[in-house]
Amino acid sequence: MSTPTTSFGREAAAALARSKNEPAWLVDWREEAGELASKLELPKPEKMPLQRWTLDQYGTHRPGTTVGSAADLPAAITELLPAEELGALIVQHNSSVVFTRLSNDLKAKGVILTSLDEAVRTHEKLVRDHLMTAYKKDEHKLAAVHAALWNGGVFLYVPRNVDIEFPVQALMFADDAEATFMPHILIVADSNSRVSFVEQAATLLEGGAATLLHNSSVEVFAKAGAHVRYAAVHHMDRVVVDVAYRRAILENDARMEWIVGDLHDGNTLTDTKSILKGNGSTSDSKIISVGTGGQRMSLTTQAVHIGKSSESNMVTRAVMKDEATAIINGITKIEHGATKANGQQTEKVLMLSPKARGDANPILLIDEDDVMAGHAASVGQVNAEQLHYLMSRGISRQEAERLIIHGFLDPVVSEIPLAGLREQLHRILERKLG
Amino acid sequence: MSTQFEIRGLRSSIEGKEILKGIDLKIQGGEIHALMGPNGTGKSTLASALMGHPKYEVSEGEVSLNGEDVLEMGVDERARAGLFLAMQYPSEITGVTNADFLRTAINARREEGQEISLIKFVRQMESKMKELEMNPEFMHRYLNEGFSGGEKKRNEILQMLMLEPKIVVLDEIDSGLDIDALKIVAAGVNAMRSEERGFLIITHYQRLLNYVKPDFVHVMMQGRIVKSGGPELAERLEAEGYDWVKEELGIVDETVGQA
Repeated sequence: MSTPTTSFGREAAAALARSKNEPAWLVDWREEAGELASKLELPKPEKMPLQRWTLDQYGTHRPGTTVGSAADLPAAITELLPAEELGALIVQHNSSVVFTRLSNDLKAKGVILTSLDEAVRTHEKLVRDHLMTAYKKDEHKLAAVHAALWNGGVFLYVPRNVDIEFPVQALMFADDAEATFMPHILIVADSNSRVSFVEQAATLLEGGAATLLHNSSVEVFAKAGAHVRYAAVHHMDRVVVDVAYRRAILENDARMEWIVGDLHDGNTLTDTKSILKGNGSTSDSKIISVGTGGQRMSLTTQAVHIGKSSESNMVTRAVMKDEATAIINGITKIEHGATKANGQQTEKVLMLSPKARGDANPILLIDEDDVMAGHAASVGQVNAEQLHYLMSRGISRQEAERLIIHGFLDPVVSEIPLAGLREQLHRILERKLG
Repeated sequence: MSTQFEIRGLRSSIEGKEILKGIDLKIQGGEIHALMGPNGTGKSTLASALMGHPKYEVSEGEVSLNGEDVLEMGVDERARAGLFLAMQYPSEITGVTNADFLRTAINARREEGQEISLIKFVRQMESKMKELEMNPEFMHRYLNEGFSGGEKKRNEILQMLMLEPKIVVLDEIDSGLDIDALKIVAAGVNAMRSEERGFLIITHYQRLLNYVKPDFVHVMMQGRIVKSGGPELAERLEAEGYDWVKEELGIVDETVGQA
């Protein structure tokens, strides 16, 4: 194999950065990350040892072909893009961004949408002030590897008071198992701005046993009064390991909504966290997942309350089939001084097979008296009373089960802000639940 | 041919306890039967056993609908054969809208390729909801989720109106309804009266029967029908309670299967 697995570290990171002609500050930054990558340990998610996962596949730099018009994108990519949607769009193909579309109207308002690769040159200050400050490169080995190797990526800046009406769409796509595929999505929403962002991660890998590591990250900075809605649908092939660390930092009165479909077919490690720094900030996270085959998943949602009167709500719903395993963690942390904070969380798992496993672990860590916090967790099978009720109206058992299972996930599916992607999500669910 | 529904010697138990101790009842199309009795005498068990609730085991007896053996059928087959039970405690189902649910139920009665068109369905549902004075929003709400007790009962009647069953069993449809809602529900039932359709109305009280005139009234105690008569029987029960029936029949404890 040509992949520099064991030798990866300080030198390799710097050499790659130089070969891509990255600015000097970033070469140094990558070098430091490479150093950390060779020293730090893997993260230790609850009850999910990662030692057996193939996480040392770093791949090689395989940029896609840049195109000037969406019509020139490869068919495999256009098939994934909802046809009728015409908003802003950015597409990554393997190791690089190949297409960006932003209306002149939004450009005139000062909106920036580029690959992160480009933004490190064109918007150095904005990038340096934010990049990997919410998800730090020394958190653990995977963070350091991501910092050293992230490629393509998205940089979205929404200026003060600007309201982007139509969702901004990003498609992260790979069809080369030997490519380094590590997008970083960085969103800075300035004061009182509004934006919906929709991310899709997909692959088309023909057969083969090669593992592709999608070591990705999302960072959202919602400044005072900004509202950001981030929807993500991940549906990659079984041979892909999906790592997604999602972080949002919220200033005063900012609002963050996470709507996530972790519907990947292979092993999955996701961690979706809102840091409610500002007073009166609010966060709402909704995650769905379907476990199939022998896949293993660690799905974590987190809310950290620092600001007074901050509110968070986290819901995770997972359907588990076959021999799949999901460990679902909800962590609500309320720091001292975050008076009148309110943190709520729910984890629900629907078990469809006796060999599947689904653990729900609600965790409340509270260092302040004057707060509200609550959690609910349940793991169960299709409710017999519900089934009976539907059947008593003439609906067959099979159809009744289908309605209940899809219904279980609908509170999240129905929130996806793009009609076309919602349809796609239904198709993915039909396939996975089939 | 008008509907013929017959229960013969039905015995049923739950968790090993026998609750129904031999029920005989014949309902013909066009007839309304009221089944009355105090709490714990087996009325709701009869409703659940007829519909085929998995918790209720039928040990003996026969049930037929237009000559077909109901007890041989699965729950969904019973419904498609024309049996409908308006439940006392309808389930709440997240993520399944009222409209999707009802359309699926209607299409389950139709051949593949003969499904009801969306527009026709919506018109029909809207008009029936109007009859029941239901907020049109309820069409797109999740099934029974967050509905009040009264709203759930109306939603049961809505399903009856849409599915046009042959035999309707209403299990305490009147409990928890205020007088206005009761009148609306009664009007819904009356609108469905026809030669093709029979009703079994299970209730504690005369109240509903003031608006839906029964042809026959039965009293249930100790898991059996102990007395049958015409509408005058319901009126006497309302005025005098059940003690005179117990006295007449020498019953001390009217309940069945209570711990």
